[in-house]
Amino acid sequence: MIYLELFWSFFQIGLFSVGGGYAAMPLIQEQVVTQHQWLQYSEFIDLITISQMTPGPIAINSATFVGIRIAGFGGALVATLGCIFPSCVIVYLLAKLYLKYRNLSLLQGVLSGLRPTVVALIASAGITILITSLWGEGGFVPDFQAVDYVAMGIFGACLFALRKWKLNPVYVMLGAGAAGGLLYFWL
Amino acid sequence: MIEVQKKQKLVKLFASTFYLSAFTFGGGYVIIPLMKKKFVDELHWVEEEEMLDLTAIAQSSPGAVAVNASIILGYRIAGAVGALIAILGTVLPPLIILSVISLFYTAFRENPVVNNVLRGMQAGVAAVICDVVISMGGNVVKEKNILSICILLGAFVASYIWNVNVILIVLVCGALGAVRFLMGRRKK
Repeated sequence: MIYLELFWSFFQIGLFSVGGGYAAMPLIQEQVVTQHQWLQYSEFIDLITISQMTPGPIAINSATFVGIRIAGFGGALVATLGCIFPSCVIVYLLAKLYLKYRNLSLLQGVLSGLRPTVVALIASAGITILITSLWGEGGFVPDFQAVDYVAMGIFGACLFALRKWKLNPVYVMLGAGAAGGLLYFWL
Repeated sequence: MIEVQKKQKLVKLFASTFYLSAFTFGGGYVIIPLMKKKFVDELHWVEEEEMLDLTAIAQSSPGAVAVNASIILGYRIAGAVGALIAILGTVLPPLIILSVISLFYTAFRENPVVNNVLRGMQAGVAAVICDVVISMGGNVVKEKNILSICILLGAFVASYIWNVNVILIVLVCGALGAVRFLMGRRKK
């Protein structure tokens, strides 16, 4: 039964994450944290953090991570299968259509509506992560005493490195980890 | 002879997709240029022109772009078996790596050093996502299309403030995109 649930959840994640990359993140959060409570929110952030540091798409990484914790290695396999199943079918159909008509313009019209949506959804998930990082699990409180200044400093430095120097995110993450390890130890 | 060649091709396909998947950090947008380099420039299995088409299909389909691209490349190179081999090559590295990490995660999460490093990385991940949103959002604003900006704001309010189901938001906004496309075509 749990296998079926895992498959179905990750099937939906695979089917509705349009636009690649981070588009899967809000869907994973909704399925895994909100609907099924397979992970606590803090574990979900760890998962996103780990995904950032390892190769492979976020959705596939999540399928393995969640599947293994819920139902062992079999769970990881089932969740991964669920995640790639919609891709297999839709890519195949699209390829057929494309070769026949050489035209995907309606689909590209749909995608043009989804591009701003994906930005909004990623922003929404990202703000929650930022707030958790700065104020902890309790969420935003209008009190400057409660802010984690180390996290704020690391966030600012990382954002600067990414925007100004276009530094590779993997290096930024390594730096953030090292800074966290040292600063939280000393302060 | 032909059998042997076919087998060699499948082995090479598996090795190539496995290698690309294992060493590409940064997801779909990074892996596609690397796939082009491997399959078009090095192995000459696919024409450059065709690679552009395949990329368009991979990016238009839902799901991870890296997986989509490997499905379609595998199919193009060696049929249904090729697609399966390519999926396997792409999915195995993250499956193995995350399995190992999951094993250690439960044991190490309570360790104070690991905890501090992860707290630092959490701030880093927030910055990476923030950077992505600024870049992607900037592109949407640059289009200067009022509907796009309304969709962006509306989807944000629906998701962040009202906690509307993500799938519902995706469906509604996709429908809006389709309507805009069809109305634009009627005008012409």
